[in-house]
Amino acid sequence: MLPALPLDEAGPYVAAAYLVFFALVLIYVAIMAAKLGRIERDLTELTELAERREADGTAADQHEHERVGATRE
Amino acid sequence: MTYGKGLRPLAALTALTLTAAFALVFFFAPLDADQGFVQKIFYVHVPIGIVALVGFMAGGVFAIQHLRTRDPRHDLRSYVAIHIAIVLALGTLVTGSIWAKASWGSWWVWQEPMLVSFLIVFLLYACYTPLRFSIEDKERQARYASVFAIVAGAFVPLNFAAVRMAEAYIHPRTFATTGGGMPGDMFLTFLVALAGVGLLFVTLWKYEMASKNATFKLRALRRTLAGDELAPVPRSAAPTL
Repeated sequence: MLPALPLDEAGPYVAAAYLVFFALVLIYVAIMAAKLGRIERDLTELTELAERREADGTAADQHEHERVGATRE
Repeated sequence: MTYGKGLRPLAALTALTLTAAFALVFFFAPLDADQGFVQKIFYVHVPIGIVALVGFMAGGVFAIQHLRTRDPRHDLRSYVAIHIAIVLALGTLVTGSIWAKASWGSWWVWQEPMLVSFLIVFLLYACYTPLRFSIEDKERQARYASVFAIVAGAFVPLNFAAVRMAEAYIHPRTFATTGGGMPGDMFLTFLVALAGVGLLFVTLWKYEMASKNATFKLRALRRTLAGDELAPVPRSAAPTL
């Protein structure tokens, strides 16, 4: 084992080790945040699809109602 | 099951514990008589190493539950635990190399059983994701991955015991003597750091589980709403529920 490094020489090594730890956690959280963004986009897309379906369903019901009314007359 | 429940207080507790740990490392723990300031790497290197190994074993325990019950949720738990443990193991190798360079003047010492055995464990688990990806059938993928996780998980403590019994070349054996072989101040700091990294593991595990669960629920909703209009699920190493 080498003799203990003076503070000015040991400092960068200690900083590098702690930075590696923080960088790994940050990268992990960033990847998870990107996945969360994708989930939000998917959710928006599905909400729009559901709304479109609902609007189409309402329009079809109205059309059917009008058709039945015209037949009776 | 909702994995996001309790995630916010858990994340706050993790941040608090890690902040306390780093404050103790730099303002409370005394300087090591032999190594001086560079020994501060110990408080990040050893906790992430221990938590990584425990994470691998937890993956094995979830895999046993998966094989017993055939519940795909256990496979997902095992996958996420191993996934996070691999990230921590990578951190252990890098921080260990930095410490080795500062203490021994070399980035890596091939004669040291501790270093080589940890590298073997890391490389073993590095095969886990490619193994999953190579199997297209999801049921078979989960079964084979569980067998792998159990065998590799059993190898971790065996490997650890073998290294403890082997003669140390240069790497010290942590907790070789009573009280961790270190003064009380240092041991307390180490315990807080270990608790912080342990909590970080649990937080990230819950976070990823919540994210994966939300993705599966969305996929099911998309299938219900859009029917066959959308493309099928692409091939992936990750389990699906």
